[in-house]
Amino acid sequence: MKNHVWRPLFVVIAVVVGILAFRAFYVPDDFGSGEYGFMYSFHRKSNEGEWKNWPLKYRDTGKQKMHEYCGECHEEVELRTEDLHGIIPCENCHGPALEHPENPEKLSIDRSRGLCLRCHTLLPYTTSERKRIPGIMPDEHNVEYNCVECHNPHNPRLEDM
Amino acid sequence: MKRRDFLKGSILAIAGASVPLSALEFVDPNEVLAANPDIHWAFLINTYKCVGCGFCVKACKTENDIPFNANVSRTWVERYVYTKDDRRYVDSPKAAQYGFTDPRVDLGEHFGMKEIDPDNVGKAFFVPKLCNHCEDPPCTQVCPVGATYKTDDGVVLVDRTWCIGCGYCIMACPFGARYFHPIAKVADKCTFCYHRITKGLETACVNACPFGARKMCNIRDINDPVTKIILNERVGVLKDEFGTKPQAFYIGLASEVR
Amino acid sequence: MVDQAAQLIVHGEAWTVKELFVLPNEYIYWSIQIVMYPFMTGLVAGAFVLSSLYHVFGVKQLKEIARFALVFSFALLPVAMMPLLLHLQQPFRGINVMMTPHFTSAISAFGIVFMTYGFIVASEIWFEYRVHFVKTVRSLEAKPDRSGFDGTWLLLYKLLTLGAMDLSREAVEKDHKAVKKLATLGIPIACFLHGYAGFIFGSVKANALWMTPLMPVIFICSAVVSGIALCIFCYVATMELRKFMAKRKISRWASDPSAPSVEALQSAEQQEIKIVSNYLLYFMIAAITLEILDMIFRGYTQVKSWDILREVIMERDFTKIFILQYAIGNVLPFLLMVLPGRTVRRTVIASALVLFGVFMMRWNVVIGGQAFSLSFSGFMHYHLPIIPHGWETFKEGFFGALTVMITPFVLFWAFNKVTPAFLKEDEAY
Repeated sequence: MKNHVWRPLFVVIAVVVGILAFRAFYVPDDFGSGEYGFMYSFHRKSNEGEWKNWPLKYRDTGKQKMHEYCGECHEEVELRTEDLHGIIPCENCHGPALEHPENPEKLSIDRSRGLCLRCHTLLPYTTSERKRIPGIMPDEHNVEYNCVECHNPHNPRLEDM
Repeated sequence: MKRRDFLKGSILAIAGASVPLSALEFVDPNEVLAANPDIHWAFLINTYKCVGCGFCVKACKTENDIPFNANVSRTWVERYVYTKDDRRYVDSPKAAQYGFTDPRVDLGEHFGMKEIDPDNVGKAFFVPKLCNHCEDPPCTQVCPVGATYKTDDGVVLVDRTWCIGCGYCIMACPFGARYFHPIAKVADKCTFCYHRITKGLETACVNACPFGARKMCNIRDINDPVTKIILNERVGVLKDEFGTKPQAFYIGLASEVR
Repeated sequence: MVDQAAQLIVHGEAWTVKELFVLPNEYIYWSIQIVMYPFMTGLVAGAFVLSSLYHVFGVKQLKEIARFALVFSFALLPVAMMPLLLHLQQPFRGINVMMTPHFTSAISAFGIVFMTYGFIVASEIWFEYRVHFVKTVRSLEAKPDRSGFDGTWLLLYKLLTLGAMDLSREAVEKDHKAVKKLATLGIPIACFLHGYAGFIFGSVKANALWMTPLMPVIFICSAVVSGIALCIFCYVATMELRKFMAKRKISRWASDPSAPSVEALQSAEQQEIKIVSNYLLYFMIAAITLEILDMIFRGYTQVKSWDILREVIMERDFTKIFILQYAIGNVLPFLLMVLPGRTVRRTVIASALVLFGVFMMRWNVVIGGQAFSLSFSGFMHYHLPIIPHGWETFKEGFFGALTVMITPFVLFWAFNKVTPAFLKEDEAY
């Protein structure tokens, strides 16, 4: 009778072969290492393309281009483009507008205090650009009103109001 | 050879060998340039310019579908307030997705909101943070299945179809940039808006920042003005002691910023 | 500033309370199941090492407990996988670890080491019980009126023999030799099974508490400690049960004339426990030495993380570390066993305390390492979810941990029916 000692080993080999066979059809073919080697870039190559195809929401780079683009239709909006609110991209307050006016037809207009308080909460930090922004105390300054009821968000200069 | 000559020679050799080692700074963008001239993305943050408005966080969450009602974020802004009586307060309320609308510093449930006397404020500034897309990312090293990786152009991504959700990469990141996406149920983090930069657009956060505190560049392009800043001016990185070689550079970091 | 929808609780938020400055994405992600996992693999490794003490080093007095330890180690093995599956956010993708193992990650070792170890233990059990399988097949075949139930058992045992029906002395001798070889091979694999778990933590440079080269060694030593303690505990429990049955002549086994008497059982129990508890002491000394050494180094070198670690270790977690883990889980059982007049009962109490101590060590490493923020300026407090509010708070809560604790005993009871831990006949060397 042949040496029975090897029988468990045959079982083990059969299991391992089974796993390898399963692996051959389970693992995608483009799995491998990239430029940064096995340690840092072992991955499924097609995933890079998947991330590149993530849907865009925000429009474009550069605040200047944005105001020029939006201003083509929205001429009535007078923005101070050099400094003050001109430096804020339109989409920051009005939401993503990549396919506007096709989709969405109307952008949202956020009239809440919270939006303005992002910059205009008075924070006494002299070692940061924050010092240049005029601010108010949120729970003292006209708490029942939204800011836009008195201040024009596109042109906040009080002289122009 | 006499013993003295041998010793002299050894000392000279060791001194000579140690010179190039000491010349290697914690970050050497020039070395990166010297390699193949492709695209390699880097980020520049100017903490002098950041006012803590949080528009970057809002834009990032909107662009990348990170729920606003979840307490995680791909990027966040930290506020550092130092008082004249030598105390340091740091907070980041809801990752600053609504900005900093309270002059009081949030110290958590137990200690509550800390009132700070404006006259007592020494220095105070904001530090935006995000994934540093390190050159030697420990997060990709520890992924057991190869779900997270660094692309050829230097961006660290996570394969959502392959991640098993073990959380090892989250534990391995020294910067706290990673988290579990509450809906996809896999690890997630800043992708440098890979879908935007590969189309010539800016990342959502760079686009949104009204003050120019965030900038991005291809560090292999020596004509890029941002690249010039990184190469010619004094920039720092976070937690350099871990040796991960972060690719997000900072202007104006104080030593106490962790 | 309007919260449109209800708060979406992210993973980890339900049981984490943040204090002072903690980064927005930081939560206690590795919770109770990650504490259970090294605890269970530690028991696996320890039980196997105990079994090998007899098979490899020929410590004859350990023969009875060796077979018991082997079967128990096999019952623990599938359970070691449970905490991981319960923890994963994508448990159905768990096989990815074996499909595309990223070998630079300590966790990827899981697939290979686990399977290798499983094969070794399964093979060793096969060689140990082959004679029993063959004899059962023969007796079932000889049975005149076989029921359907018996038919199923017969088929199972036939499969288990793998067709090797030779019961000659040479064949059995080959079995013993194979057991010895496998037990020898299995020791380093068992060490690896738990050492790699220590490496998982010790290699995370981002975590100031985990990062130390001593971690794998500490884990191995405490794993062996826990394995031996568990085997002592379970062995005594089983022996007491058998003595009870022998005394009252309950069950088929006990009323058989060749069944051991109460006195025989008693003396066997005392013999085994005396030897095994010495080994427990040796490994306990090793484990505690390393842990104290690690702490001394940290307190002496005082690197950047020392301020926050000191507050976590000496203040916030003082009770958990020094009272529960060291005093009750180490010093007290040590004294119980070292003081003169060591009895079986004292050893059992000491073993239970040791198991508790080892569990607290896992807790203090895993949870303790997440008790402070990466910012070194804040803390996180872990609330173990007890009443489950959903699937997540069940699987990562008290009842999830309890399920993991109970399953090996259920499996052991099941395995015992096929590979009985206590065999009537004596396969003597």
